[in-house]
Amino acid sequence: MRSMASLAAWRRLGLFAAAALFVATACGSTTTTGGSTAQQPPTANTKPPTTVGPGEGQLNLIAWEGYTDKSWVDQFTATTGCKVNAKYAGSSDEMVSLMKGGGGGQWDMVSASGDADLRLIYGGDVKPMNTALISDFNNFQTFFKAPGYNTINGVHYGISLQWGPNTLLYSTKKFPNAPTSWSVIYDPANKGLVTVPDNPIQIADAALYLMKTQSSLGIKDPYELTQKQFDASVALLKQQRPLIKKYWGTAGDEITLFQNGDVVVGAAWPYQTIQLKAANAPVADTIPSEGATGWGDTWMLATNAPHPNCAYLWTAYVSTPKVQAEQALFFGETPVNTKACAEMETLQAGSCAQYHADAPGSYFNTIKFWKTPIATCPDGSNSCIPYAQWQTAWTSITA
Amino acid sequence: MAVETLRRPRPKGGGAVAIQSLLWRWPWLRPALLLTPPLAWFVLIYLTSLVLLLVTAFWTIDTFTTQIVQVWNLDNFRLILNDPAYRLIIGRTVGLAALVTVTDAVLAFPFAYFMARVASRRTQTILFAAVLLPLWASYLARVYAWILILNHSGLLNWSLQSIGLPAANIGYTISAMWIVFTYIWLPFMIIPTYAALERVPESLLEAAADLGAPRWRAVLDVVLPLAIPGVIAGSIFTFSLTLGDYITPILVGGAGSTFIGNVVYSSVGIANNVPFAAALATVPVAIMAVYLLIARRLGAFEAL
Repeated sequence: MRSMASLAAWRRLGLFAAAALFVATACGSTTTTGGSTAQQPPTANTKPPTTVGPGEGQLNLIAWEGYTDKSWVDQFTATTGCKVNAKYAGSSDEMVSLMKGGGGGQWDMVSASGDADLRLIYGGDVKPMNTALISDFNNFQTFFKAPGYNTINGVHYGISLQWGPNTLLYSTKKFPNAPTSWSVIYDPANKGLVTVPDNPIQIADAALYLMKTQSSLGIKDPYELTQKQFDASVALLKQQRPLIKKYWGTAGDEITLFQNGDVVVGAAWPYQTIQLKAANAPVADTIPSEGATGWGDTWMLATNAPHPNCAYLWTAYVSTPKVQAEQALFFGETPVNTKACAEMETLQAGSCAQYHADAPGSYFNTIKFWKTPIATCPDGSNSCIPYAQWQTAWTSITA
Repeated sequence: MAVETLRRPRPKGGGAVAIQSLLWRWPWLRPALLLTPPLAWFVLIYLTSLVLLLVTAFWTIDTFTTQIVQVWNLDNFRLILNDPAYRLIIGRTVGLAALVTVTDAVLAFPFAYFMARVASRRTQTILFAAVLLPLWASYLARVYAWILILNHSGLLNWSLQSIGLPAANIGYTISAMWIVFTYIWLPFMIIPTYAALERVPESLLEAAADLGAPRWRAVLDVVLPLAIPGVIAGSIFTFSLTLGDYITPILVGGAGSTFIGNVVYSSVGIANNVPFAAALATVPVAIMAVYLLIARRLGAFEAL
């Protein structure tokens, strides 16, 4: 999950990180050469440990707010002696910035989402992990053992944690029947009543919609777009721009927009739906027929992690069914450990199915998980549009 | 001999006294010592970081790993000049900053005039407190308060509807930003304008009255020209504060409310593209440099 943090706090943190990063990069050492997409990740040959030693007593984490909640951290500290020091990040990009800034060994792990993972992997900020040291790994949903966003050429650069879909959230007053297509957020009838995330990865949502509605474009993967496919997606979003009331920055922003009736439909996470329903707002969410994008979070180990033993102990601990279930219900996300289903049922009856924690493997074909767009296309050519251009395009869409 | 007795007694040694005599011998030493710490801070921290910013702007990044590549080039500036999106954003930022400045000047002048020249001493104190009071609350609290007023089911629409008028749809628009900016920076316009107005000698107004000018004429021809430097001084604050802001656009802006600051923020935070952020950040620096030169011409610095 991403930013539920108070907006003020994370903007400030972001600003501070930006300042720190600026100083670090401006005064920094010499840098690597450009255009390295088809290369091996810099840490590919780093051998992960084969055993976990005693904990070092400390563990420094960069996490989504609440990913290190007291309710499960205290027990971890009590059993392992590893004191958890967490810094909450407000966005995937802040996580990447923090990891690059703290490359000198300040951080042990980061709970990165798929859109940040490849940047961290190819930036050399994280290193391979040994899945054999995570006892629950065999219970993971097959898809999450080696998803494309954190595993490259069979090397695991982290252990999957939780996931969730990007859903279509709508007002049940305006839509008595659930919309069946993402077309509602591109429909001029809803002018000024739509909200979507202020995030360049949103281009993938447009690409996913075009993948199903304009097959002539030949989009296979919404994160691997050729110039023509990319331009079509951007054009769709530029058309959508007059319909947008506001591009939301934090989950809280979107909740406020729906609560006050400023918008009636938008792209959201299950978290917003849970919060709005808890506040008795007339909303519901759905995954339309085109499918949806989704996020998958991964605990990744920093290349210069000062406390690797505690890091492995932590990853093993948060992969256990009980902690997986607690965290899932806390945030409205879905555990990757299939054994967590029973624990979820104990905590909240019906939640396992509600969150698709028992989904069959085929379900994951309908969710296109976030991954960093890179220049290398599936056919090996370098003609796909990399993330930096997504960001530039997003600026011109929302300008 | 007489000269000898007039001299101050010889110092009896000791560090403090030695320093005193040094200061006496070289009078320039005292201001130099006084100014060195703030100047060092200013030069080392502020100017150095500005120079570093400027230097970074001429570099680029590896688009994938987002590492900085130290190759000198003008690509960032070329992109800013050629891409219509950035021209639009710069134009919007400068335009709204100018609009907010003019609105604040128009609102502040009568208020400051009343405070400086009409109100009793007691009323003046109360008004001063009223002007400064909003500054005690956090910036964010005040912006959020405006969201509550302006949004769809907010106070504004509730009031409009309760007197039978149609709802105004200004939440999350550029108009909302205009209102919020104007409100937030108003004290920074009132105070310098007040200072300038208070300095206009009453005798000039009496002279104008003696020459047969009605009060409004005296205000227009005598007070206003003398108060202009104060208004210009205030405008430096309102203009530069709006120009550099990025929080209000995030909170009360809707689609199409991106400011220069937002692009700088997302270039660093999202794309990790510090060189581009640096290049874009030089735009407000350049605009403010021009603005300050004009302001100096108009005598704003004498009014500060």
